[in-house]
Amino acid sequence: MTDFASLVKDDRVHTALYKDAAIFDEEMERIFKNTWVWVAHASDVPAKNTFKTSYVGSTPVIVTRDKDQKVHVLLNRCRHRAASVCEKGKGKTSVFVCPYHGWSYGVDGALRKVPHAKGYEQELDKDEFSLVSLRTEEYNGLIFATFKQDIEPLADFLGSAKKWIDLFMKQDAGYGIKTLGEHKFRFPGNWKIQLENTTDAYHFPIVHKTFLDSLDAETEDVFDVLGQGGWVEDLGNGHSVMVMIPDLIDLEDNLDAPIPERFAELAQELRDEGHDDATVRRVVRAVGGSGFNLNLFPNVACSMAFFRVLRPVAVDETEITHVAIGMDGGPVAGNRMRLRLHEHFQGPMGFGTPDDAEGWERVQRGARAGDDLWIMLNRGVDAPEGVAEIGHNAGDVSAETGMRAAYQQWKRMMTA
Amino acid sequence: MSVAIEEKPEVTTPTCEAPTFDEAIAFIWTEADILDRLDYKPWLALWTETGEYIIPVERDAADYADALNIVLDDKVMREARAKRLLSGFSMSSAPPARTVRTVSRFVEVSREGNAITLRAAQMLAEYKYQHMRFLPADMEYRIVREADGRLLIDRKVVKLINADDYQFGIGYLL
Repeated sequence: MTDFASLVKDDRVHTALYKDAAIFDEEMERIFKNTWVWVAHASDVPAKNTFKTSYVGSTPVIVTRDKDQKVHVLLNRCRHRAASVCEKGKGKTSVFVCPYHGWSYGVDGALRKVPHAKGYEQELDKDEFSLVSLRTEEYNGLIFATFKQDIEPLADFLGSAKKWIDLFMKQDAGYGIKTLGEHKFRFPGNWKIQLENTTDAYHFPIVHKTFLDSLDAETEDVFDVLGQGGWVEDLGNGHSVMVMIPDLIDLEDNLDAPIPERFAELAQELRDEGHDDATVRRVVRAVGGSGFNLNLFPNVACSMAFFRVLRPVAVDETEITHVAIGMDGGPVAGNRMRLRLHEHFQGPMGFGTPDDAEGWERVQRGARAGDDLWIMLNRGVDAPEGVAEIGHNAGDVSAETGMRAAYQQWKRMMTA
Repeated sequence: MSVAIEEKPEVTTPTCEAPTFDEAIAFIWTEADILDRLDYKPWLALWTETGEYIIPVERDAADYADALNIVLDDKVMREARAKRLLSGFSMSSAPPARTVRTVSRFVEVSREGNAITLRAAQMLAEYKYQHMRFLPADMEYRIVREADGRLLIDRKVVKLINADDYQFGIGYLL
């Protein structure tokens, strides 16, 4: 048995964490089956009988909403002979029918009908053969599920991260958050390389130089992420926040500030539609997105203006989903601009994502050399005075504090 | 009831006719060759001022402007994209992947005014870092003839066969 504790030190982790298939298998059991894993946003299942397929680690699940508005997370596997009962990404249905022998299940997972039931010698106890249902909880629209029935409540698991989730959701400008679409891409590398990246401001001006070059001067200043007194803060349980643009922490602050040039056209369009000045300012500021990345261990981040979801596929392959979000019922022009801003950086042909993906692939390729070498996570100086919550470990914006926090949680879970 | 038959005004001959099917195909092959050679500056000149370059996530979205796309480029975004790919500072495009593409299975959809609309299939192979990947797509082109006789792309939609599933990073143009 691998001595997992010896692979994670305070300031470095061993290269084996990226490439040992046996460690990957253990992670799927010890981490992804033992904690809260993000599966959907509430707006992905907006009404009764709507569903979305998702994953908890390597397990395919269906997220459903029943007629009483209760959300269920069900294993996507017929209890008879294992066929998947749903192969659509999202949709609306009141029943899942297994295509193999016709067993049918309600959206709450209950087995409803079994064709030719008389063929069973003893009457089939339907209660025994519901779709397996995971414990499911929601915080401010974020839906998580877990295999671990006796785990702490989601709110306790999120702890200090809740404040940041609430701030992030202010991008709804008061309308409520709605998912607008998703980009999915994979890279040939380990999932933790992506996990690290969400709290890595250090790479931004280097890897994303061409994105920065494509912005107007005013916006380029906004994205000078290393130069604005930001910080990285350990929020406990492996979660962390990286504040890059302190001015964009609370989108309800500074509403009187001049509207940036790149939003002038949108502001005018909103005024022309009859929105009052306060609404215009609130919407415009929300459309621009937040100034921080909140990393929630192990698989989701509220990242500036979108949800970043990672899914480990194999020790050297990871799938990332970038979920675009906007205002539920908010001004169409505002949501359209959100989509265009998302497309500009995100997705397989965005001005940012392909370079991130290439960088992560290069990490995996490089890690083939130097079996006895370590991944260094020792970067960081003190956070600016008075920004982080008292008692929290924090460093400057380019500190590797968030990565260290995530790996300490990894160590706790792998050695529990 | 009698209907007065008005004499129709004489149809003025358009200053330029829509490209023929064969002309459009030859033009599309020229574009494909330019893209495989990563020759993006001349590529920018192949477009109309209002041309739209679209790679959707939802292959059949009713309105791409209100949907999330992989690419939804107007002239400004195309220029920014070409600049980025040629800059040498984007690690996904420097060094670039090699690509080899063919466009075929052309179907003429319509010919109106100075424009022809076609459907086609594109088969593209990509190679980088020991990975060979295959990116088939259904294509839509609207090609117009300018007053000076040049053919230009007014709309190009690349509907990847797996548009709504995962891609790998794409550091070139489809």
